Amino acid sequence: MTQETVEKVVIFFAGDSGDGIQLTGSQFTNTAALYGNDLSTFPDFPAEIRAPQGTLAGVSGFQISFGSTEIFTPGDECDVLVVMNVAALKANLKRLKKGGAIILNTDGFDKRNLRLAGFADDENPLTDNSLADYRVSEMNVTKLTRECLVDVTLGVKEKDRCKNMFVLGFVYWMYNRSLEHTIDFLKQKFKNKPDVLEANTRVLKAGYNFANTCEISSSRFEVKPAKMASGTYRNIMGNQATAMGLIAASQQSGLDLFYGSYPITPASDILHELAKHKNFGVRSFQAEDEIAAISASIGASFGGALGVTATSGPGVALKGEAIGLAFMLELPLVIVNVQRGGPSTGLPTKTEQADLLQAMYGRNGEAPVPIISASTPSDCFEATLEACRIAIEHMTPVFFLSDGYIANGAEPWLFPQSKDLQSIKVPMTKKENTDYLPYKRDDKLVREWAIPGMSGFEHRVGGLEKENLTGNVSYDSSNHELMVKTRAEKVERIADFIPNQKLDAGSEKAKVLVLAWGSTYGAIKTAVKELLAEGYSVAHAHLRYINPFPKNLESLIRAYDKVLIPEINNGQLIKLIRDKYVIDAIPMNKIQGIPFEAREIKNRIIELHDGE
Amino acid sequence: MENKVYTAKDFSSDQEVRWCPGCGDYSILKQVQSVMPEINVPKEDIVFISGIGCSSRFPYYMETFGMHSIHGRATAIASGLKAARPDLSVWIITGDGDSLSIGGNHLIHLLRRNFDTNVLLFNNQIYGLTKGQYSPTSEKGKKTKSTPMGSIDHPFNPLALCMGADATFIARTMDRDPKHMREMLMRSNSHKGTSLLEIYQNCNVFNDGAFFSMTDKATKMNQTLFLEHEQPLVFGENKDKGIRLDGFKPIIVSLEDCSIDDLWVHDEKDRVKAGLLTRFFDADFPRPFGVFYSEDRPTYEDALVQQIDNAIEQKGQGNLDDLLKGSNTWTID
Ligand SMILES: Cc1ncc(C[n+]2csc(CCOP(=O)(O)OP(=O)(O)O)c2C)c(N)n1
Ligand code: SF4
Repeated sequence: MTQETVEKVVIFFAGDSGDGIQLTGSQFTNTAALYGNDLSTFPDFPAEIRAPQGTLAGVSGFQISFGSTEIFTPGDECDVLVVMNVAALKANLKRLKKGGAIILNTDGFDKRNLRLAGFADDENPLTDNSLADYRVSEMNVTKLTRECLVDVTLGVKEKDRCKNMFVLGFVYWMYNRSLEHTIDFLKQKFKNKPDVLEANTRVLKAGYNFANTCEISSSRFEVKPAKMASGTYRNIMGNQATAMGLIAASQQSGLDLFYGSYPITPASDILHELAKHKNFGVRSFQAEDEIAAISASIGASFGGALGVTATSGPGVALKGEAIGLAFMLELPLVIVNVQRGGPSTGLPTKTEQADLLQAMYGRNGEAPVPIISASTPSDCFEATLEACRIAIEHMTPVFFLSDGYIANGAEPWLFPQSKDLQSIKVPMTKKENTDYLPYKRDDKLVREWAIPGMSGFEHRVGGLEKENLTGNVSYDSSNHELMVKTRAEKVERIADFIPNQKLDAGSEKAKVLVLAWGSTYGAIKTAVKELLAEGYSVAHAHLRYINPFPKNLESLIRAYDKVLIPEINNGQLIKLIRDKYVIDAIPMNKIQGIPFEAREIKNRIIELHDGE
Repeated sequence: MENKVYTAKDFSSDQEVRWCPGCGDYSILKQVQSVMPEINVPKEDIVFISGIGCSSRFPYYMETFGMHSIHGRATAIASGLKAARPDLSVWIITGDGDSLSIGGNHLIHLLRRNFDTNVLLFNNQIYGLTKGQYSPTSEKGKKTKSTPMGSIDHPFNPLALCMGADATFIARTMDRDPKHMREMLMRSNSHKGTSLLEIYQNCNVFNDGAFFSMTDKATKMNQTLFLEHEQPLVFGENKDKGIRLDGFKPIIVSLEDCSIDDLWVHDEKDRVKAGLLTRFFDADFPRPFGVFYSEDRPTYEDALVQQIDNAIEQKGQGNLDDLLKGSNTWTID
């Protein structure tokens, strides 16, 4: 047996959706994080919760990249593929690099499984030499798990449910990791089920010891802690960070958080997370549908709370009319869209960046809404906080865009302290204001807020066009034009209150600029970093503010010969850029429900750089 | 805070009221404005939320806080407002199209959750604002611009629907009986939980006379049944008719043949009987007015506040730094 030190490893866990793959992956992730590795993860769920067992449609996957270097993506190719059955192998073998390791459960390769995965009667990848290019470790996980639990009084089904722990123990041994964190986790999870706790712990240890004694795997690896900025870190997922950003905004503004939502993948976890934190005064509300969810949030905002609603694309479609209302009322409201593949129900469990134009234009009438976008799981925290700041300080609905990839992905986070967070100023009118007019504006064009309970400030708002200053209903034609322009100008002026666009990497004199938004960040960052090291003249700018754009954006991008805009859609940011600046940027689109790989971006930049 | 003494005028905003002359909405506005000083709530703590429709213009005319929102969603907006601000007195103004068609879903959910709000459902059995199409409460066969050959829709029975959604308070009144309306408004206000008051409202432009048989002196007494708690169900011109229960089957009896002691005695707390009363919905029976049902059930906002208090008691007031830190951290120097 050899012991190797490696810089970076990509592992892909795959199995049937009932195999506990997501749990296995997240446990491995948390342990890697506690070892000080930098990391990035990507869960890959099947669309059906319980697709027939053993079929390709039922395969659930979890990818993690961890290492002693900086890591920005879950990785292009895998070094290790862990598969619980043959369908998982078939669906994911293409991810594995040549010479990579496969850890497989032979029990998942029986006749039935082979047939379910679509193999002919005489075909079996275990025996037909098709895995010759890889290092395969075979074990009958089911049998070993059951054997290890012979004297435990649990049903066979319950025993088999521990299989994932065997594999996890095995992989922990391979990467020299202790079981401690996962055992703590199990203790917590099965507090009230001592026999299940005992079974899981035992199987986890068995997997570890099996690897140790059987020499089934020929090598053991060491992945040293990453050299990251000093400080205290935690692991964070995107949706979790979003929920925390909302709570932080509530504290920084002193407004109660009201969160109205209707379950939808991949946004539901924000609701789950917030519902856990009622001790922060969070009023989480599971409404009867998306329309009710946003309407309730608008009602809460009218009452003086911070109203937030979250959903995914189809839900935003339903909320459109109410967003227009919030826009007319000029009340703070944050609309979170955790994007997924569309149109319609589309690819509900897959990621996409296809709702930017919906956020930008998806309403009746002239109703521009600021758009903030997050680029990594931990960035969701600051970006939501910023979305809330703009909503409150500028009295407007704001879109916050995330997507399935960053929402479910995880990374280490050098989390901030509350004292370092910016405060949010609420434009509440003063009690002594004697000439309150609901639609009188300050120099940001923001109206002052008066809420029920403030004596002498009684007023009516509504969706009908407002008379300037008084807010009374007005059908006057010139007033309408004035109001449409004023509201648009108010949103434009937000550009004065956001930072200038910075380059993430490269110089202002480079040949090619990669301009992007959202979850493409990691892949682009990796590609550009490698290219810079190889001497290419390339730069990277990543947008957080999409509406309005930062003030310097035009001059920044005009300085480059070539501007490449990669997006996980059919070209949406590029439409906005071309429209606004009449710059002939170059599109790069992937519409497969999966993120870019760094190498795809790298190759495209090289083509452009070397002149196509 | 000093307890101001208000008059109806204090609740009248400076906006010109723009309903068609003769519209039943005027009478409702007047009664609501005259009731407001009596509910003992400071004006600034009262909020009117409406959807869309003629009736939904109502908040503009009230000198309170208000929101004229979007079609059908007033109930949902009010839910969020009440959840965020349990201290407010929240009134929802809606029409039959607004609350039973586009907003049907939100209405039933408001009722089952039992937010402490007052719903005033102006039922004119027509779409007024969009100029006269049939509504979900229009009778079958109704000829309108959208149903020139007569409507083939089965009409909603609003109160039966609300009973089905487990409403904790339902009542009915009419625009042309201000005294009764006042009384019902006061009862709605004092109910803790969602109170739904259906108000028969005459749209004299598109559906004139829809309820005249119940509001006209000549026919009123035979067509209506005024419910009073613990009183027998008596009606008719000379109070000469009554309702008797034969098992669960209501029958109309003449008091000449039947003793008043044998009549059905109204009980607002009886869910089953209230259900039967909501089914008095065809020509054979007089139409009931008054409080059908009233039940005490915890409100959503109280339960929500209770959960927040419990969470604080169990985990302590949320500490942002602890939240940000989480339970597993590591340090790199
Ligand atoms: C989304 C939407 N759909 C349709 C309309 C048009 N609309 C306005 S009011 C109304 C019907 C209102 O009927 P009802 O609630 O009975 O009110 P009334 O005018 O009779 O008081 C309709 C269909 C609208 N404003 N918004
Ligand atoms: S259309 Fe009917 S309901 Fe509307 S204001 Fe006129 S009379 Fe009243």
